[in-house]
Amino acid sequence: MTRSSAFLLGVRALLPMLLGVAPFGVIYGVVALQSGIPPLAAFLMSSLVFAGSAQFLLAQLIGAGAPALLMVGAVGLINLRHALYSASVAPALAALPRRWKLLLSYLLTDEAYAAAIPHLLAQPRSPQAHWILFGAGFALWAGWQLATLAGVLAGSLLPGDLGLDFALPLTFISIVVPLVDSRARLVAAIVAGTAAVLAAGLPYKTGLFAAALAGLAAGALIGEKK
Amino acid sequence: MSWLPLWLACGLVTFLIRYSFIALEGHYRPPAWFIRMLPFVPIAALTAITAPELLLVAGKLQVADNPRFWAGLVAIAVAAVWKNTLATIASGFIALWLLQRLT
Repeated sequence: MTRSSAFLLGVRALLPMLLGVAPFGVIYGVVALQSGIPPLAAFLMSSLVFAGSAQFLLAQLIGAGAPALLMVGAVGLINLRHALYSASVAPALAALPRRWKLLLSYLLTDEAYAAAIPHLLAQPRSPQAHWILFGAGFALWAGWQLATLAGVLAGSLLPGDLGLDFALPLTFISIVVPLVDSRARLVAAIVAGTAAVLAAGLPYKTGLFAAALAGLAAGALIGEKK
Repeated sequence: MSWLPLWLACGLVTFLIRYSFIALEGHYRPPAWFIRMLPFVPIAALTAITAPELLLVAGKLQVADNPRFWAGLVAIAVAAVWKNTLATIASGFIALWLLQRLT
């Protein structure tokens, strides 16, 4: 596999997800402005933080007037799942120079991980495998920048009842459902979902984190039969 | 609100989380139980974010008169049968818009 074919493989695996990511990016732009964040700051958050659900949460917390330290902690909590993506892709990137590791870490999102990981697992020995992750990560990055820019520039003109914020759950459904192919995985999803609904009243979304841990523990306890 | 330092702090935290195990690879091996948990991570984390979006309306459990719950079910069924990202997202939006017009 050549560099360019690996890069394009990653881009193609990610492109369908932009259908969900683009409306979500537009909605983020709208919500950020409504929270009182200046347009330039709202747009720059997309490259400086670059984490969709965390940016959404951050905009809501700014609107609610939460203290800064708590906001940084909440962003850390909601993004902790990326540590496990990091552990999952680390072996495939072990031989790369540091600049590649830094770049691919910056681009390691839910969507890039979900798009690239089946190909990374299928070609573990390919010296160009990291170009797949780079292609997926770059495609998502570019799409996210354009979508949030559109939201910041034109979002206030959109009617509010289109339900575009439904894009986030739909994108996550499209990632999760195909992954649920064993009893243990189904239990992990049901436990995490139920716990998240029950714990939704906890302050600053800490219930999300507790629910994810509960699902993780339930799945691991049952264990996968290989 | 001095947003630049806040954005940089949030960005740094996010980056360090993503870099963590990529940086440690070769220097530290996570324990076996941790590696066994990995396949469940995206499932548990993303379902925990998604379920309240589908089931709660203004913080209260609502199923019967909740278009997002039923549109979510349509998307889940489409995802389970076709395993296609585009079809899943499109079917969910179409179901939501139809349900909102009908109710």
